[in-house]
Amino acid sequence: MGQIQLKQVTKSFGDVQVIPPLDLTIEDGEFTVFVGPSGCGKSTLLRLIAGLEDITTGHIEIDGTDATALVPAKRGLAMVFQSYALYPHMTVRKNIAFPLRMAKMDQAEIDKRVEGAASVLNLTDYLDRRPGQLSGGQRQRVAIGRAIVREPSAFLFDEPLSNLDAALRVGMRMEISELHKKLDTTMIYVTHDQVEAMTMADKIVVLQAGVIEQVGSPLELYRAPRNLFVAGFIGSPKMNLINGAEAGKHDATTIGIRPEHIDVVQSDGKWQGTVGVAEHLGSDTFFHIHNTGLAETLTVRAIGDVSLRHGDTIHLNPRLDEIHRFDAQGLRIA
Amino acid sequence: MARAVTPRRKLINTGFAWAIGLLIFFPILWTILTSFKTEAQAIASPPIFLNFDWTLENYGVVMERSNYARFLWNSIIIAGGSTILGLIIAVPAAWSMAFVPSRRTKDILLWMLSTKMLPAVGVLYPIYLLFIQMGLLDSRAGLVIVMMLINLPIIIWMLYTYFREIPVEILEAARMDGATLREEVLYILTPMAIPGIASTMLLNFILAWNEAFWTLNLTAVDAAPLTAFIASYSSPEGLFFAKLSAASTMAIAPILILGWFSQKQLVRGLTFGAVK
Amino acid sequence: MATKASRSAARLMMAPAVVLLLGWMLVPLIMTLWFSFRTYLPLRGGDQGWTGFDNYVRFVTSSAFWPAVQTTLIIVVGVLIITVVLGVLLAMLLDQPMWGQGVVRILVIAPFFVMPTVSALVWKNMFMDPVNGLFAHLWRFFGAEPVSWLSDAAMPSIIMIVSWQWLPFATLILLTAIQSLDSEQLEAAEMDGAPKLKQFYYIILPHLGRAITIVILIQTIFLLAIFAEIFVTTGGAFGTRTLSYLIFQRVLESQNVGLGSAGGVYAIILANIVAIFLMRIVGKNLDN
Repeated sequence: MGQIQLKQVTKSFGDVQVIPPLDLTIEDGEFTVFVGPSGCGKSTLLRLIAGLEDITTGHIEIDGTDATALVPAKRGLAMVFQSYALYPHMTVRKNIAFPLRMAKMDQAEIDKRVEGAASVLNLTDYLDRRPGQLSGGQRQRVAIGRAIVREPSAFLFDEPLSNLDAALRVGMRMEISELHKKLDTTMIYVTHDQVEAMTMADKIVVLQAGVIEQVGSPLELYRAPRNLFVAGFIGSPKMNLINGAEAGKHDATTIGIRPEHIDVVQSDGKWQGTVGVAEHLGSDTFFHIHNTGLAETLTVRAIGDVSLRHGDTIHLNPRLDEIHRFDAQGLRIA
Repeated sequence: MARAVTPRRKLINTGFAWAIGLLIFFPILWTILTSFKTEAQAIASPPIFLNFDWTLENYGVVMERSNYARFLWNSIIIAGGSTILGLIIAVPAAWSMAFVPSRRTKDILLWMLSTKMLPAVGVLYPIYLLFIQMGLLDSRAGLVIVMMLINLPIIIWMLYTYFREIPVEILEAARMDGATLREEVLYILTPMAIPGIASTMLLNFILAWNEAFWTLNLTAVDAAPLTAFIASYSSPEGLFFAKLSAASTMAIAPILILGWFSQKQLVRGLTFGAVK
Repeated sequence: MATKASRSAARLMMAPAVVLLLGWMLVPLIMTLWFSFRTYLPLRGGDQGWTGFDNYVRFVTSSAFWPAVQTTLIIVVGVLIITVVLGVLLAMLLDQPMWGQGVVRILVIAPFFVMPTVSALVWKNMFMDPVNGLFAHLWRFFGAEPVSWLSDAAMPSIIMIVSWQWLPFATLILLTAIQSLDSEQLEAAEMDGAPKLKQFYYIILPHLGRAITIVILIQTIFLLAIFAEIFVTTGGAFGTRTLSYLIFQRVLESQNVGLGSAGGVYAIILANIVAIFLMRIVGKNLDN
């Protein structure tokens, strides 16, 4: 079990309210990702759920019982920290066993669970080492091991991959997703990286300045961003946002179109401009296009390796049915 | 980065530095050497540097005559006791200020330091009077308390600077793992801070060992530590150089050794972290 | 950044230290203030009631006061000048590449660990004794008349003993500060064509500024309170009676607690003036 409900939760530090009243339900077994730019309150929100910070007003319910006043240890949640927060003076075995020792579990059961977690996480050979002797990825696994042995009702991840290098990050992303499938336990995952959010989440919560901008599955967010912020935040490279006359043609203040929804054509495109920087990724090419009269820069994806050079004129055709329209308040027009 | 220098330059540096180092160290060296001389050789003219009949006789005499063991024991109890007591009080306080800082933390820390600046002589009589009334005069317990109090700000301050280097996330992880506050401090914070705690203890021990205002003024016989033992050599025994030297050597040797281990931490402790 | 529970735990855990230090500060302070306004002679009639500011006036107007202030200032300033100047030079020397740096460092630091009564006594007898002291031998060797250091040149002798004790402290702190100087700065200055002396004046000295200030402030506080060195050597005679020692004598030797307490209040005020500057620096350091 692991259903978590936030009811009218607020948080203030002194006179500054960092989270205005907020409602959110995280269903049992769901992989929920809190995503947003740094300082958006996503980590604070996670810490409120963990109990590491007091909420100022409102209630937190875990599995239907009020957990607002419970200390972190009593909430039945496990957390994986950004810095891994391993105990440097303990071996891997002792690190993983620590929560069980605190729960006064008997030694035989502790050993069994630690061995079990170690084999799941490929740590068996490292059990008697100290964290200082491990690589970043191994430390990350130890931190996860320490979380899973407790069999918590939910896992909290606070930007767990941000200290790893790019290649390792992709691997760990898979492992965590895999772990979620295997354990089928609620996971709440905080990140500023929308790629992580898109690839891992069942449900994404986009936050800005402590306010939930949109909640939905990755594809819902991609296909129907509720407002300009979500439109700009989800998707990589960013959605192109166009104001002015061109938007007016679509009865909107702003229109948005993703780079992958603009086709490069030989001639007679609806739009045209000059090629600036081209990023060749092999499978795709991203062109940054200037002088379109629409926006400062337009980003366009072309499939495969297209040979247009800096300064060349490029012709473009937007797919009209993929255009997102936003009103003066920045809200989506259905 | 070490700058590369010519061997000649390095040789000059070395010679110069060693000469000055030995000059500064000389009084201590001389004391140690003299402690192994006979009284006659100790005052011989011209002075004998190394070529004397080495003897341990002085040590024997000093120990026998002045009940050295009791003074030593008092010093150990006072310095050790005040250090341990201070640590017990300081660890929780330093934990609070390092990990749960509030707007007042800085003021409290500075205020604590300011109590260290209070000139002892300004409060000598009140303390003297209170000690008489509480029956603490010339008692080890009384001196343990006073030493603990005068060094408490330094202990708290040093521990605070060490604790601040421990990431809060690790303590939060322990909290998430179900550790109570006591378990968090006992199993996580303390083991991680052992090096810092050890050097704090060392410095505090040294300071308490060498303190020579309260130990001279609040003790007479029973609780008198080595500072008082040496002061009693002021006259006329002080003229017996070899015995004075033996007594002095015994009083400073343990601390010299401890002190050499703690030179690095010394800077931090004595400047309240302002010079690192 | 914490929960209410941990904040209240923190208050609880801080309480013993705060209460103890508060008591340690306030109780004697209030008693000293109280006594300073009373005629209190424990051996000659005890507490004889209020006298207003009489003790304060008497302390300042007594013939011993100004000489004591002067003595205190000379010792503090003398020791500061010696230790800071030699400390800077020594720190720079120790920072140079050499063989056996660690050992030299240990030799230089050693005096700091010698208990004050020992160093005072060793200097007094084994070095400064006019008959058998090492200096007397040295003087005789050069055909000079040995000097009775602690009676004929008491102040310079005390200043030299105390300087010997505190030079290691200054050196150690200044050395730490020098080592934190980025050597690229000096290399850049060298590239810019600055001669050694200018490098010292424009780069090393400013870099040491803060450390020097701290050395001065901390030493001042300790030097204002030196006791054992005088107690063991001259007992305050031969013009070496400092303000601290004067107060000590008033309180414990002549048992005039009221008068001594008034002196104590002056000493506290004096120390606080120095302490305020030190606190400013330490406090600033706390912010970053």
